[in-house]
Amino acid sequence: MPKTAFIPVGQHIGAPAAPVVKKGDKVKTGQVIAQSNGFVSVNIHSSVSGTVKKIDLIPDASGYAKQGIVIDVEGDEWLETIDRSETLVNDFSFTGEEIIQKIKEAGIVGMGGATFPTHVKLVPPKGMKAGLLIINGVECEPYLTSDHRLMLEKADEIVVGTRLLMKALNVEKAVIGIENNKPDAIRLLKEKVAAYPAISVTPLKVKYPQGGEKQLIKAVTGKEVPSGALPIAVGCVVSNVGTAFAVYEAVQKNKPLFERVVTVTGKSVKQPSNFKVRIGTPASELVEAAGGLPDDTGKIISGGPMMGKAVTSLEVPVTKGTSGLLLVPGAEARRDGRMACIRCSRCVTACPMGLEPYLLMTVSEKQIWERAEKERVMDCIECGSCSYTCPSSRPLLDYIRLGKGKVGQIIRSRKN
Amino acid sequence: MTISPSPHVHTDDSVRKIMYRVVLAMLPALAWSVFVFGVDALRVTLIAVAACMGFEYLIQRFVMKVTPSVNDGSALVTGILLAFNVPADLPWWILVLGAFVAVAVAKLSFGGLGSNIFNPALVGRVFLLISFPVQMTTWPVTKQAAVDATTAATPLGLIKEGILNGKPLNELMGTLPSTSDMLLGNIGGSLGEVSALMLLLGGLYMLWKKVITWHTPVAILGSMFVFGAIFWFVNPEAYLTPVFHLLAGGAMLGAIFMATDMVTSPMTGKGQLIYGVGIGVITMCIRLFGSYPEGISFAILIMNGFTPLINAYVKPKRFGGEK
Repeated sequence: MPKTAFIPVGQHIGAPAAPVVKKGDKVKTGQVIAQSNGFVSVNIHSSVSGTVKKIDLIPDASGYAKQGIVIDVEGDEWLETIDRSETLVNDFSFTGEEIIQKIKEAGIVGMGGATFPTHVKLVPPKGMKAGLLIINGVECEPYLTSDHRLMLEKADEIVVGTRLLMKALNVEKAVIGIENNKPDAIRLLKEKVAAYPAISVTPLKVKYPQGGEKQLIKAVTGKEVPSGALPIAVGCVVSNVGTAFAVYEAVQKNKPLFERVVTVTGKSVKQPSNFKVRIGTPASELVEAAGGLPDDTGKIISGGPMMGKAVTSLEVPVTKGTSGLLLVPGAEARRDGRMACIRCSRCVTACPMGLEPYLLMTVSEKQIWERAEKERVMDCIECGSCSYTCPSSRPLLDYIRLGKGKVGQIIRSRKN
Repeated sequence: MTISPSPHVHTDDSVRKIMYRVVLAMLPALAWSVFVFGVDALRVTLIAVAACMGFEYLIQRFVMKVTPSVNDGSALVTGILLAFNVPADLPWWILVLGAFVAVAVAKLSFGGLGSNIFNPALVGRVFLLISFPVQMTTWPVTKQAAVDATTAATPLGLIKEGILNGKPLNELMGTLPSTSDMLLGNIGGSLGEVSALMLLLGGLYMLWKKVITWHTPVAILGSMFVFGAIFWFVNPEAYLTPVFHLLAGGAMLGAIFMATDMVTSPMTGKGQLIYGVGIGVITMCIRLFGSYPEGISFAILIMNGFTPLINAYVKPKRFGGEK
């Protein structure tokens, strides 16, 4: 529980929400403080009770200051509508539309880190039909254990959440994909879904970046989502276990999304832990709870080591998409100097999308954008495997991101 | 605090470590050479290495005016490979000339490590072969050889010369070394190419350490075997067995160490298969129909030239299929 909560209004992909409170307002935990602003947007709820101190620019993990609501915490008074008991609720009297409506009101987004609004995902575009729901229990990145912890502690709730999502999507089948390095979670969830033949648990080989949507679909179904298409193109919808849990809480407990599990870890961290954290809690408070900032810290990462963002300060708040906080020792924070490409082809072998990172880097560096587009730079999922594996320490992904940005601009301007 | 884009972790592997693994893989063959050719083999190798590293340092420092990258290990590999491709008693000045062509002409004039199109050691070797044909094809006898002679012929050289002189093959067969001598390396030939077994050992190590993949060596040796087998099957009177072709000359050295050079070979497995088959076929054409007894050096250099083209057309399997 933070002393002051810093709650950004744009924590998701899409339009930031519009604040509906003003300075001096008293708010309760769970109350809507910013309203969804468009189709691809979600509500933001207060994660604490107290007084709105100000609505101002606050730094977030991207490094930019963005609009947010700052609340001075007083006590912890929840909205009366929220069921705070621990009892498992199993109420399936809702229709699919009602479930989606509740998910929308609760402000739920993809909790693996992508933060795409869940209610949008649950309504397939016209003419498309989902046939399979895949629950992502892969844990997106090394070091992070928040999904693992959640599966062990909230397995029943995740199964209920899965069944609610199935009903909302009107699909007959769901698969929970978990990597083999979490045998306890596989065993537990297999037990829990035994009563529901429509849900199965699929153990998967450990292989980064299998937490990626397209990679997970391939691993579970063998189907490849075509370039530029959404998972629905192969009849799949993917949701994280954290999202399934949030759906359970929203539908069965009337509890909006205002807290999540965050892994705090790093080689020198005294007590690496998973915390259930209120959205808006500054990172510094998590670090304190994990035993304080190690002296040798050289880099603070919001998210995981492969795709997370290095943050400028510990004042950055936890948001709906924060899966972890990684404190990297200084010696490991630096990059080695860039050397010449020796065409070892490790990046080509490593790329999960079948791209040629060495080539994409070269054409991006030389600003040959047509070639970058032709070589499918937009397919890059930014998993970082190429940069990781490069023996010459070349900043492959940095240049590929640059190319993606430029080519994306060109494609959009062509449409207009 | 450090701020940088993801990923935040990197492999601790490096170009240098890769190069040193290649060097380690070449040690068995080098040790064998010292065993059969004596300390001459070591002398030639050290001169080649010193010359390659020296030229790289001097040219980068004083001509290109860049920070010398001689400690990345690539000049060391080039030096050893150059030595492997010459007779074990080659005069030092010829060797230094070859090192200059390898490093200055074939590597640095293209921009240095990673930018060269042709395998530097092979360019150096072929330059010497054409410029000094006598010295480059006069091989010392192995210490284990029973014959009392000062120079030895390579098995491929014996055959080529015999056929050119109009001798029938079955008469020449008697002069050839046994298969086990060829496998072990008790034959005439360049410094590092004689022992198929030691080269295979190094190749297995590089496969295990993922320095190379199986594609290139298997494609070269496989296509040479098939090519040789067809001719031998049709007319065993006029052609030697495919096994002979795999063990003779520079086939093993070329397939395992020369053609697998990362810089000058294709990026994808499929591309490497095409490249390897090209090398195998060209090698066999030169051996059977050309005027040189051995042709793998030329074959590799020719296919090096095709590598950019192969890279442009042979793409990895794109996720989600083609558009």
